[in-house]
Amino acid sequence: MKPLSLVFAAAIVVAGCAGSADKAQKDSASGAAPATATSAGGGALTGAGATFPYPIYSKWFTDYAAKTGVKINYQPIGSGGGIRQLQEQTVDFGASDAPMSDDEMSKAKGGPVQHIPTVLGAVCITYNVPEITQPLKLTGDLIADIFLGKVTKWNDSRIAALNKGVALPNRDLVVVHRSDGSGTSYIFTDYLSAVSPAWKTSPGKGKDVSWPAGLGAKGNDGVTGQVKQTPGAIGYVELAYARQNKLPVASLRNAAGQFIAPSIDAVTAAAAGAASKFPPSSDYRVSIVNAPGAQAYPISSFTWILLYKTQPNAEKGKQLLDFLKWALHDGEQTAGSLDYAPLPTPLIARLDSTLATIKVGATP
Amino acid sequence: MTDAVARDPTQVTEVATGPAPAGSSRSWTEIGTEIGDRVYTWSIAGFASLVPILLLLIFVAVGVAAWPALRAFGLSFLTSSDWDPVAGHFGAAPAIYGTIVSSILALVVATPLALGVAVFLSEFAPSWLRGPVAFAVDLLAAVPSVIYGLWGIFILIPFLREYLMPFLRDTLHLGVLPLFTGPAYGSSMLAAGLILAIMCLPYISAVTREVLLAVPRSQREAALALGATRWEVIRDAVIPYARSGIIGGIILGLGRALGETMAVTMLIGNRHEISASLFAPGYTMASLIANEFSEATGDMHLAALMAVGFVLLLVTFLVNAIARWLVWQTARER
Repeated sequence: MKPLSLVFAAAIVVAGCAGSADKAQKDSASGAAPATATSAGGGALTGAGATFPYPIYSKWFTDYAAKTGVKINYQPIGSGGGIRQLQEQTVDFGASDAPMSDDEMSKAKGGPVQHIPTVLGAVCITYNVPEITQPLKLTGDLIADIFLGKVTKWNDSRIAALNKGVALPNRDLVVVHRSDGSGTSYIFTDYLSAVSPAWKTSPGKGKDVSWPAGLGAKGNDGVTGQVKQTPGAIGYVELAYARQNKLPVASLRNAAGQFIAPSIDAVTAAAAGAASKFPPSSDYRVSIVNAPGAQAYPISSFTWILLYKTQPNAEKGKQLLDFLKWALHDGEQTAGSLDYAPLPTPLIARLDSTLATIKVGATP
Repeated sequence: MTDAVARDPTQVTEVATGPAPAGSSRSWTEIGTEIGDRVYTWSIAGFASLVPILLLLIFVAVGVAAWPALRAFGLSFLTSSDWDPVAGHFGAAPAIYGTIVSSILALVVATPLALGVAVFLSEFAPSWLRGPVAFAVDLLAAVPSVIYGLWGIFILIPFLREYLMPFLRDTLHLGVLPLFTGPAYGSSMLAAGLILAIMCLPYISAVTREVLLAVPRSQREAALALGATRWEVIRDAVIPYARSGIIGGIILGLGRALGETMAVTMLIGNRHEISASLFAPGYTMASLIANEFSEATGDMHLAALMAVGFVLLLVTFLVNAIARWLVWQTARER
């Protein structure tokens, strides 16, 4: 607890001095003694936002601080909060599981915002049907109809047609969705909107939507608890959460017609398939659900770090860019160990050139 | 009187010097005491006024933040069931309904139980049993609500789904009433009401017990002298005497039920729908705010959540006002 509060105190001290002193504080504990800006030791960068990538980000921050001495203080307060704090310029960078809308971009007080994808996440369909022993196969429009409340029995002919040879029980389907606003729901409803015109009309995509059917549970753990407790239940959770808790997950039919089980490689394959089609002017605010590619898992998404295209503080702007370069090259190597899918290699090269366009402004 | 004295220095002098038989000069000690009195009066008056000022500020702050939603949706905010953040339509009727119904359900279940516990402990229990049982009941109030929520998910909900709901619906044939129809998922208004009943029971029972113990012995003895049985003593002499206190205890429990968030969120099923059946999932205002506030990005979504908070404040305020009035009425009748 102690080191954490020291970092926090240092962040406040640095934020307080930012207007008057352009030199970094070398010793985070004694903010009164300014050190030379050229030394490796740094002040603290602050960021806030998404909870989903928090485990990998905090590992990156720890590894990076050990290597360079630059401390980064990150508050996992949720994507919405991260966007608000970035708009108000109370943090040096934000983080979000859903890209900012044009409206949100226009409300940012520090000018244009750049989205940088960092890692990939995916959403798995989990279920509780004691009679089914082999992995279930599903398609996007079927999932949409289940969550719309149109398919209500496990032995529905459409489920049976995809799962030949599986004895499906005559059980009620109990839909479980997230009750709290979350990036997971955003990615899931983004996918359903992409594959089902009916879903796109209503309820559409969002972190909170007006769910047409089922029960709401709070958090990945809440959904998992509800699904495990209710025979006949079907729900959706984060890939990392499903892997760590060894939940049964369905294989989904992707855009190429293949049934793909959720895995880190399949998610990276989805990003590679989608990235190959990005236009040169892409600002990376793109959805990669239902991506092309034979091995692509269809419910995949980037998570982004958000920063201003013109960094107001030269010192901090340079530190932030250095960190992002490190994260995209060295950081990506460790993503898999925490069940996050790393970015595909060609995309990293593109992001390097994007980072080079970020202007580091004059010191105030 | 004290106020007038404190506000008007000349009057203080008159009061202080008036009855003095001789001399216009007062000792320094007297003046010091007077100043001390005044400082004291003013400072405690300041502390006391902090509470209403704070309440007012909360109302104003929440009201101002809620204003865009209240203006945009008007009365339909209270009557519409359409809560759709994507389309930007917000109606909080299911949450308002859920808050009130789950709280009433909690009181209906908890009040007889709590009264029974309190009457047993104050009238029947041997003294060696009274302490430990009272302590155990009070301890229920100290259990964190997230623990109740977990217990609800892993014990109460499977029990409801497998036993209680089928029993009520099929064995007792209560399914003919709209209250007990529909599929039994477990997560439901009934689950939320039951967990709230357990959570507000210790408040009602603790207050009732203390009030019953405070009923004078002479009251009981008089009834016994008239030939009343033990049950008649309790029914006709003790409980009527303690009535306003018991209502106060129930109101305290109701306050707890209206505002409870975590355990209810985990058990109610979080569905924006008004259903006559207690087996169906529902929503409460507190759960709605807890669920959606952290990820609400749109301005109108935030304003709508603030408006839900404002309505919750108003409902709590109204319920408490009615309760005060009830207590006051019963006290006057006596």
